[in-house]
Amino acid sequence: MGTSYGDDAMNYQITKDPIKIENVVQKVVQREAGAITTFIGTVRELTHGRRTLYLEYEAYESMALKKLEQIGKEIAEKWPDTKTAITHRIGRLEITDIAVVIAVSTPHRAESYEANRYAIERIKEIVPIWKKEHWEDGEEWVGNQLGTREYTDGKPGEEDLHD
Amino acid sequence: MIKLLLFAQFRDQIGKQEMQFPIEGKTVKELKEILKESYSFDELDSVMVAINEEFVTDQEIIREGDIIALIPPVSGG
Repeated sequence: MGTSYGDDAMNYQITKDPIKIENVVQKVVQREAGAITTFIGTVRELTHGRRTLYLEYEAYESMALKKLEQIGKEIAEKWPDTKTAITHRIGRLEITDIAVVIAVSTPHRAESYEANRYAIERIKEIVPIWKKEHWEDGEEWVGNQLGTREYTDGKPGEEDLHD
Repeated sequence: MIKLLLFAQFRDQIGKQEMQFPIEGKTVKELKEILKESYSFDELDSVMVAINEEFVTDQEIIREGDIIALIPPVSGG
């Protein structure tokens, strides 16, 4: 049995600087691992046909770090002998910039994909980070504003999880 | 006094990152009502609230020294 709560707090970071993918991956290297999956979230230009000029990410940093760590603990409970590292960038990001990198190492490949997918979906549910889209003709905090979506039970539903 | 942290559209709307309120003993639901009346925050039903960095329900009672944050629907990733 590995260290089910073995994730170092250093495995979770919020940064204003460009993310170095290799640094995130290195944090989950372990002798028990047979697989490492890496998810790289990037800034997309077109959303529902509308052209984004750039994004601005903001975080409630201290709480966001706690919630990223919580996700790592949830993963370690669901998939034993797993290591997780997540770095999320904040500030102004241009099209194609990397917003988030998630690395997960596991003994076998199947759970590595599953656990990594779980991490990004949980980020979109519980981690206090927000993005503001800037277009040629305006700007808006995503996940809010009238006429978009309302989370009636206080959290996003399945249909909100595909952006 | 308690400290209320504002992010995203709330920070934009008020133009401040934080505010102070004498609302010890009140519930989160009562705080939301006060904010609706005083600052015309109109989307508070879909907003989660954190006290001392943990999500709480509307029934939670606010205590002296708490740090409260309004958490509009998140959009990280």
